Amino acid sequence: MSPSSRASIPRGAVRSFGARVLDNSEVKKDTYVLRFFPLAETLPPRPGQFYMVGVGTGLEPLLKRPFCMFDHEEGRVHILYRVRGRGTELLRRVRPGETLAVLGPLGNAYPLPPRGKTPVVAAGGTAIASVFPLIKHLKGKAAVIYGARTVEEMVMMEELEGIARRLVLCTEDGTCGSAAMVPGMLDEFGLGPEHFLYVCGPRGMARAVLRLAAERSVKGVVSLEEFMACGIGACMGCAVRTPGGYRRVCKEGPVFKLDGVVL
Amino acid sequence: MNTAVSIGKLRLKNPVMTASGTFGYGEEYAEFYDLGRLGAVVMKGISLRPMQGNPAPRIWETPCGMLNAIGLQNVGLKSFLKEKLPFIRQFDTAAVANVLGSTPAEYVKLARALDEAGLDGIELNVSCPNVSRGGMAFCANTRMLGSLVGKVRAAVKGATLIVKLSPSAPDIKAAARAAEDAGAEAVSLINTLPGMAMDLEKRRPVLGNVVGGLSGPAIKPVALRMVWEAAGAVSVPVIGMGGIMNARDALEFILAGARAVAVGTANFVTPTAAVDVVEGIESYMRDKGIEDINDLVGGLLVDNPDH
Ligand SMILES: Cc1cc2nc3c(=O)[nH]c(=O)nc-3n(C[C@H](O)[C@H](O)[C@H](O)COP(=O)(O)OP(=O)(O)OC[C@H]3O[C@@H](n4cnc5c(N)ncnc54)[C@H](O)[C@@H]3O)c2cc1C
Ligand SMILES: Cc1cc2nc3c(=O)[nH]c(=O)nc-3n(C[C@H](O)[C@H](O)[C@H](O)COP(=O)(O)O)c2cc1C
Ligand code: FES
Repeated sequence: MSPSSRASIPRGAVRSFGARVLDNSEVKKDTYVLRFFPLAETLPPRPGQFYMVGVGTGLEPLLKRPFCMFDHEEGRVHILYRVRGRGTELLRRVRPGETLAVLGPLGNAYPLPPRGKTPVVAAGGTAIASVFPLIKHLKGKAAVIYGARTVEEMVMMEELEGIARRLVLCTEDGTCGSAAMVPGMLDEFGLGPEHFLYVCGPRGMARAVLRLAAERSVKGVVSLEEFMACGIGACMGCAVRTPGGYRRVCKEGPVFKLDGVVL
Repeated sequence: MNTAVSIGKLRLKNPVMTASGTFGYGEEYAEFYDLGRLGAVVMKGISLRPMQGNPAPRIWETPCGMLNAIGLQNVGLKSFLKEKLPFIRQFDTAAVANVLGSTPAEYVKLARALDEAGLDGIELNVSCPNVSRGGMAFCANTRMLGSLVGKVRAAVKGATLIVKLSPSAPDIKAAARAAEDAGAEAVSLINTLPGMAMDLEKRRPVLGNVVGGLSGPAIKPVALRMVWEAAGAVSVPVIGMGGIMNARDALEFILAGARAVAVGTANFVTPTAAVDVVEGIESYMRDKGIEDINDLVGGLLVDNPDH
């Protein structure tokens, strides 16, 4: 299946490929970074895109699981995942040298901030995986507001310190940073029309942040999650409501304009 | 070696089709392989007017299967003809439309327009568990089913008319016979089985629509039995589907009496699943020295003569 040269891959083309696992290590309790090497030529992923990863070899679990590109270097792809249920539990047990069935890169990517606007990233929980490569790409220009329920769920704080212009941390239980939630911190930060906002996190957080952004006339984008079966736009399973009807998170998303979705 | 099969007036280069709703309108999968390798592409169900579909979440994974409650989100007849059909026409494969109406008149209108547009096949979906009106209701009563199929039959000239039966039909043999008697040139089965799932912690159903249709390997034994029963009840070809993941599964359906098979949920698991089944069937035939795929149809060896 591997095409002979990069030029032969049509733009936007997705590949179904085997990936050799290089490393799968715990970075925090129940949170892992898995690095894999595609065994076929694939398009380099852009920040915001994701992969469907086969987590088993049999019929159970059946469907692949979606994970964002967390980082990539020299053709290797990294994903950061949190163990949630049966699929991620299996993924946790994957060892270097094993081969996984992967599909990707999928979906659209984060746009760059418009000229003259300062990028502000609001991330909650494991969703930091999605915006991490964006923050890195913006090379010290982004202000990052990052929160979780507890310090146990906060990851990559040191790395973020190194790549963010400013880093604001908060937890609901006060075990790290301020005892507050992301929307409140964003308010305190002074979110305004001079900013371009990137949002990624649990639905409740995203909803509150979108409301605040609308009040302050702030433009930006939000990355959404929905259960997925195919990941390529065929099943209509990952629909999200938008002002113009349902749109597919895997195809028209996962990144949508802030005013382009109804949460 | 012959892999071609006939379904009514339709001649398929091989017995492998896609299952409606699991292959979009073909566009997504054309990125992975030449759709001309397939016997037929059956496209996402269409209705007269565009349909919004059900609220999220629409899918949930179950042991060896999945539940879906898409609610037939589709672009509607007009856009289908203008924007979707030309794409599939580029490939050397049969194009089959899957249609859903809430009244017999809607089915007739849809079928007539699609027939005139030159579709190779029209599959009547009388078995969708995810919409409140029409759909499955037609399959619950053989008299209603026969009357519906008869009306559509009179409107369709060129396309092969296929009726997709519901596994919830009280008597699948009677439903298959009713479709045949009313002029169906083939019956296809099975559609998804109605099911549900819940979140115990939240005490809530997981699907936005509460109930959904179960598909995938979990339903294969049920599908095989129903295909076997339907094939014994009618003389028109049976198209079998339900949990086909690979060529072995497909061959089992053929032995049970299916003249063609459709690959559904497997497309989500592996985008090349349908073409993999084509290749697997070919290599099985080569290995076993089987000259004609038609020799395998209904070839299951059963000792008990009552079955
Ligand atoms: C585009 C996209 C990108 C994602 N990126 C990441 C990522 O980078 N890192 C990461 O850790 N997770 C990510 N997720 C979520 C991840 O896909 C789910 O956590 C994973 O599928 C759970 O699989 P499981 O088998 O362990 O859980 P299951 O046993 O299937 O379910 C366990 C619990 O996980 C939750 N869950 C299941 N599927 C999803 C889903 N698709 N989205 C949200 N919650 C889900 C459910 O609430 C469920 O209660 C992403 C999801 C999407 C849609
Ligand atoms: C997401 C999804 C959407 C479906 N949509 C349709 C549809 O529009 N019309 C239809 O007749 N069947 C529809 N089906 C049923 C399939 O065509 C098929 O009958 C069923 O899934 C069993 O096959 P499988 O187990 O191989 O998937 C759908 C199934 C799934 C999983
Ligand atoms: S996951 Fe199938 S359409 Fe998005």
